[in-house]
Amino acid sequence: MPTTTSRRTSGVGRVLVAVYAVLAIAATGRSAFQIADRFGDAPIAFTLSAISAVVYILATVALIAPGETWYRIAWGTIGFELAGVLVVGTISLFAPGVLGLDDANPFGREATVWSAYGAGYLLVPLVLPVLGLLYLRSRRVRAEAAS
Amino acid sequence: MVEWFTWVQVAVALLAGLGAVVLGLVGRAPDDFTLGAAVLVELLLIAQLVVAIVAPAVGNSPTGNLLEFYVYLISAIIIVPLAGFWALIERTRWSTVVLGVGCLAIAVMVYRMHQIWAVQVA
Repeated sequence: MPTTTSRRTSGVGRVLVAVYAVLAIAATGRSAFQIADRFGDAPIAFTLSAISAVVYILATVALIAPGETWYRIAWGTIGFELAGVLVVGTISLFAPGVLGLDDANPFGREATVWSAYGAGYLLVPLVLPVLGLLYLRSRRVRAEAAS
Repeated sequence: MVEWFTWVQVAVALLAGLGAVVLGLVGRAPDDFTLGAAVLVELLLIAQLVVAIVAPAVGNSPTGNLLEFYVYLISAIIIVPLAGFWALIERTRWSTVVLGVGCLAIAVMVYRMHQIWAVQVA
């Protein structure tokens, strides 16, 4: 049976964790502020902001924590993020009204971390899950080879 | 916010960030240079906090939401020491890259703070 109980945070993985932590802080801060200040403006978009924040926090923890369960959670949360940024990014560009947004401006007062594929965050939300999944896969392969 | 000070701060954070990312990628562990740059970034953030507290009293009021501004500023002030402690504990090249990523995040956050204070798009 393959073991993934080894820590997943060696080498370049630590940089990944750091970027995830920053993104988690950014998404949490923004959604907390949006919900406190102007939830009525775009409830769907702000709820998505909050969900993305929670998922980023979970993904950060899952990348650090050892064990098979956390490994699965890391897959789940990072996969969810990739789906989220693709789906919400597309909707925000082509049908912003569905999310209750006035426009697709990724810097606007109603923007979420996923708006316009994360353009307001230098596209980091789009690139990071791809790197994260590649990293998780490489760790899995190495763990299987070592067992 | 004082505009020229803000731009100096963005430039310092960008330079410190890019420098640390490059030095980390070529294999350097955190040293006095990269950690010193991060300390400078942090000191400028503290100065920005003082400026933000004093500015409204002398007629330089934010045009955007002050709460949002402070969420960014306080987060930024917390991020640098976190990356710094990481660099002190974990003395590998990747800690230098982490330090750089932190400083780059600060540059972006200070730019956003400037937008909140002075530029209203909506």
